[in-house]
Amino acid sequence: MKKGDILLICAVLILAGAGLIFMNLGGKKSGGTLTVTVRGEIYETYDLAKDQEISLEIDGWHNRFRIKDGVVSMMEADCPDQYCVEHAPIAKVNETIVCLPHKVVLEITEGEEPRDVDA
Amino acid sequence: MSKKVAMAGMFTALAMILSYVEVLIPISLGVPGMKLGLANLVVVVALYTMGAPMAFAVSMIRILLVSVTFGSLAAMLYSLAGGILSFCGMMLLKKIPNFSMVGVSVAGGILHNIGQLAVAMAVVENIHLISYLPPLLVAGTVTGMLIGIVSNQVVPRIKHVIK
Repeated sequence: MKKGDILLICAVLILAGAGLIFMNLGGKKSGGTLTVTVRGEIYETYDLAKDQEISLEIDGWHNRFRIKDGVVSMMEADCPDQYCVEHAPIAKVNETIVCLPHKVVLEITEGEEPRDVDA
Repeated sequence: MSKKVAMAGMFTALAMILSYVEVLIPISLGVPGMKLGLANLVVVVALYTMGAPMAFAVSMIRILLVSVTFGSLAAMLYSLAGGILSFCGMMLLKKIPNFSMVGVSVAGGILHNIGQLAVAMAVVENIHLISYLPPLLVAGTVTGMLIGIVSNQVVPRIKHVIK
C-alpha cells in the first residue's frame, strides 16, 4: 500500500461516516403519510394511520403493498429482481422502498400530523 | 494478437464466474441488490497485465454477457454506468504514482457503486435514495481493499505469462 491508497481509503470512510451521522441527526421521525411515486410523478398518498392493502396495476405490471400499524411493506411484485419485496419494512420519514424495474417508489413523508408509534 | 484475444477471453470467462458466485453470497447492509463486486478482481488484474484497452473490453463484455445470462436488460443499464465510471477512475488513478493496486481497486469499487446509484436515482427521480450511499461506500472500500491485496499477489505471478 502507498500513501495515496491510505489517504483515499480514509477520505472515503470519513465521508461515509459523516453521511451516516448527518442522515441520522436528531433521530428519525415516524412518518404520517406514505407517498407513492410512479416514474417520478406522485401517484397517490396514503394515511399511515389507516391499515390497508393496496394493489397497483399499471401498464400490465403489478405491485401490492400493505400499511399496517404505521409500517409499510411490499407484499408482492411481478418484477424480475424482487428486491422491493425482500426490502425491510419502512416507517420513518424519508425511508423508501424502490421497485426499480417498475419505477415505483414508496416513500414515508411527514404528513399533516406526524404521530409517534412508540409513544 | 491472437494470444492476447485468447487471454482476454479467459479473463472474461473468469469474471463471469465471479459474477455468478457473488449472486450466491448475499450481503445486504440494508441496500437492496448489493453485491460484493468480485468481478473487479479480474478487471484490476487485466488492467495491470494487459493494459487499459483490453481490460476495458473484458469489463464491458463481462457486463453484457452477465446481463443477458443471469441478469436482466434493465439491470444492464445500471451495470454499464457503474462499469464505465469505475473503469475510468481506475485507469486515471493507475497513472498516478502515489497509488498502488489497492487504491486503484478501492476507487473502482466505490465508483461502480456511485455510478449504479446515480442511474437508479435518475430513473426513479428520487433524491432520497442517496441514503444508500454511505453503506455502499463502506462496502466498496472493504471489498476494494481485499481485491487490491489479492491483485497485488496475483499480478507479479502471472505477468510473465501474459505479454
